[in-house]
Amino acid sequence: MLRKLRVILAIVFFVLITLLFLDFTGITHKLFGWMAKIQLIPAFLAMNFLVVGALVVLTLLFGRIYCSVICPLGVLQDAVSWTAGKFRKKNRFSYSPAISWLRYAVLALFVITLVSGVTYIFTLIEPYSAYGRIASNLFAPLYQWGNNLLAFFAERADSYAFYSVDVWIKSGITFVVAIVTFLIIGYLAWSNGRTYCNTVCPVGTLLGFISKFSLLKPVLDPEKCTKCSLCSRNCKASCIDYKNYSIDYSRCVACMNCLDKCRFDALHYTVKRPVKKAVDDTSVENKSVGENGMSRRGFLSVIGIFALTHAVKAQHKVADGGLAVIEDKKIPNRETPVTPPGSVSARHIKNHCTACQLCVSACPNNILRPSQKLETFMQPEISFERGYCRPECTRCSEVCPNGAIKRITKEDKSSLQIGRAVWIKDNCVVIRDNVTCTACERHCPTGAIELVPRDPENPRGLKIPVVDTELCIGCGACENLCPARPFSAIYVEGITRHRTI
Amino acid sequence: MEDKKKKNINRRDFLKVLGAGTVVSAAALAGCKPKKQFASAGNLTGEVPTDKMTYRVNPHSGDSVSLLGYGCMRWPLRQRADGRGDEVDQDTVNELVDYAIAHGVNYFDTSPAYVRGWSESATGIALSRHPREKYFIATKMSNFAEQTWSRQASLDIYYKSMRELQVDYIDYYLLHGIGMNGMEAFNGRFIDNGILDFLLKEREAGRIRNLGFSYHGDIAVYDHLLAMEDIQWDFAQIQLNYIDLEHATGRNTNAEYLYDELVKKNVPAVIMEPLLGGRLGRLNTVAQAPLRQLRPEDTPATWAFRYAGTPEKVLTVLSGMVYMEHLQENVRTYSPLDPLTEQEYRALEETTEIFLNNDFIPCTECQYCMPCPYGINIPGIFSHYNRVLNERRMPEDKTDSEYRKNRRRYLIGYDRSVPKLRQANHCISCGICKSECPQRIPIPAEMERIDKFVENLKNENVTEIG
Repeated sequence: MLRKLRVILAIVFFVLITLLFLDFTGITHKLFGWMAKIQLIPAFLAMNFLVVGALVVLTLLFGRIYCSVICPLGVLQDAVSWTAGKFRKKNRFSYSPAISWLRYAVLALFVITLVSGVTYIFTLIEPYSAYGRIASNLFAPLYQWGNNLLAFFAERADSYAFYSVDVWIKSGITFVVAIVTFLIIGYLAWSNGRTYCNTVCPVGTLLGFISKFSLLKPVLDPEKCTKCSLCSRNCKASCIDYKNYSIDYSRCVACMNCLDKCRFDALHYTVKRPVKKAVDDTSVENKSVGENGMSRRGFLSVIGIFALTHAVKAQHKVADGGLAVIEDKKIPNRETPVTPPGSVSARHIKNHCTACQLCVSACPNNILRPSQKLETFMQPEISFERGYCRPECTRCSEVCPNGAIKRITKEDKSSLQIGRAVWIKDNCVVIRDNVTCTACERHCPTGAIELVPRDPENPRGLKIPVVDTELCIGCGACENLCPARPFSAIYVEGITRHRTI
Repeated sequence: MEDKKKKNINRRDFLKVLGAGTVVSAAALAGCKPKKQFASAGNLTGEVPTDKMTYRVNPHSGDSVSLLGYGCMRWPLRQRADGRGDEVDQDTVNELVDYAIAHGVNYFDTSPAYVRGWSESATGIALSRHPREKYFIATKMSNFAEQTWSRQASLDIYYKSMRELQVDYIDYYLLHGIGMNGMEAFNGRFIDNGILDFLLKEREAGRIRNLGFSYHGDIAVYDHLLAMEDIQWDFAQIQLNYIDLEHATGRNTNAEYLYDELVKKNVPAVIMEPLLGGRLGRLNTVAQAPLRQLRPEDTPATWAFRYAGTPEKVLTVLSGMVYMEHLQENVRTYSPLDPLTEQEYRALEETTEIFLNNDFIPCTECQYCMPCPYGINIPGIFSHYNRVLNERRMPEDKTDSEYRKNRRRYLIGYDRSVPKLRQANHCISCGICKSECPQRIPIPAEMERIDKFVENLKNENVTEIG
């Protein structure tokens, strides 16, 4: 009964949280965005102490049901482990003592790196973000392809129910990290259930510490127990020491599986205290989990802005029809990365973001992608090859569970400077092709771009853009819509601290 | 006379609506490329006569020309077998040409500029499979680009046409688009380089059987040509449809004037754009109502063709037919022509009134502006806009209960018909296209207007689509 309840709740949470990473329309976020915000570390980073307090109370009452229900990575492991159970022999688990030194060492590492801002370590271990990367890199493309297939048929049926979206790998290295995380965690779950949660996961360790004192917990009744070991062999957390009638509550995730397994009614989820027995905790099984080998720093191979740009020469036409070839845009070499509006400053986002990729998945303009730089590894940054930061959109600030991107309104955004446009003379088509071009000027939402005569002697001739950096908010409309390719003739350089103009 | 017409109408009675929808949906499904239906979507079914075509005689050459002429500017394209770009779908072209000839069509109008420059060779391949006396070929001196104004470059264009079309004489040769860019361009293209004299000599030599011109733009050039004392033009090509009669837009002069001038000079008229780029074939239901009341089974396209064919001095009416159904419908319309009655003219005036009160962009999708050097799909953008306008689904009034639905349709449909990188917001206002447009649409300004319109739709911040 309790187990069923747990399974149902877990599925609901898991599906909806996963949908947050898949749904590009924003509807799921409107209804269930809070599910990301009640994740422990994000809530903690967002200084959402109400949620943190509630989670602590929840754990004090019921044990680690957070790990069984709310944490998507935990549920993912349960799903893998359950699938493994269908293929492998029954009753495959066994009790093993806790590897406390490893647990506390990882927790300490997590806290230290978090406090000192060593992004690429704490983001890797943080469970919700690890799941986020898996969902956004591995599940989302499948979802989008499915959507595009529906859109394909919808178009032929003259229906507007579906529209197709671009499917693209936003960062190769983050994609690899997601795969490696998935493989390691999948392997551990397949072979031994909740090994990751009980040896590596800092949230597991923290909640494990609290759950030792929880009010309700499964208790083994020595009077009724026949030492059949069935409970132990079905415990994916390997925490039931049936020989001593004891359960390691720091590792029990309150999954309730054991309750249903016991044939002698010896296990109860109850407020009764268990019979105290000394537990021999000396034999340490050395099963250290190698942290996935983080690939070496992935240098973004950016060719310099002044690299040869192929001119889209305005060739004379002799025949009618057809379409000119459009070259893909390339990423310019930005000295300072552009971070999402609401992220306050480079330091703020660096210290608060756990790289869960929720904003990256949710961005409808295809401008957010995980950073490839070591110091901001996998945290979001902006580039404008596929779109620009549209004035009506504040999606990333709405979804961010960590407070790394603070909630802003459309009105805030209209005057929030996140970068400044820089004009690259040699790329400008006015110079290069000798044509009139007003693309950047017309699309600037703040009127920061003005056109001035290219040749001061000839005030009625061709005009070139000048940027008022005091007015520019760095939305990238100019960069995205600039006709110069592959490198735009105007691009946005980030600023380290955002400011209101 | 009226009674006689009525009898003719009865002929259509047995062409009942049997499977009326089939043709329409087939036309919509056939071939994704090009997506647009240039001519009308036919809703007539039944027999297509092979021997009832109306013919008009050219007083200068004595040619008996079918009232339906085939415009070869819109041949269907397909992807090349190696996947690298497009090519003309020659199989379909052959099929259409064969069918047209079998049903009495004998006038084929092409140009070196049409279909990215592929039209002449595709048309030549299809026609050369028939006896030379079965068809009249019309092609043009399309030396628009300034670097082709030299005598040699223009001669190259002329001889290349002969080669591509696989013929040693041309039945109808036109000075292409006189009036575009005014007298200066006309002099540069035809007078200063001696090309007009050359073409007159070719006519004497019999390699050009009829010499004429097509007109868009500056009326001064038109008047100038017709006033040339020593030249008798064998024909002239003008835009004529019931909207243009008195309401020509852009650079076009009212057709009434153009036609009357031709009659005065005894120059037979070849009619282009009878459907105004297909838009008269897609009239919305309100605009159709006055027509449907008189002849419920006739499509708007049938009306437009009857209108264009009714004046006696019209030699032939060109239609760029892409789909078999359109060809069949047009053949039916002119086999034989059932001229418009007074009452019907009045109904068309009513329709014109309704049509003109719409904000359509007068684009005929002729592709003259293409390719845009910066990759914009100009006709695609206009076509989507016009289509939505025609369906009366324009998301304009926010208090309208359909507003959100229409907004979504507009935006999703926009992305479907024009890739994002080729949409109006990428127009840089360079203005290169402006002088190319025979309808004199201020393309950059219209692009800016549509860009702003779409931008406003997007700014609504409705979650479903970004």
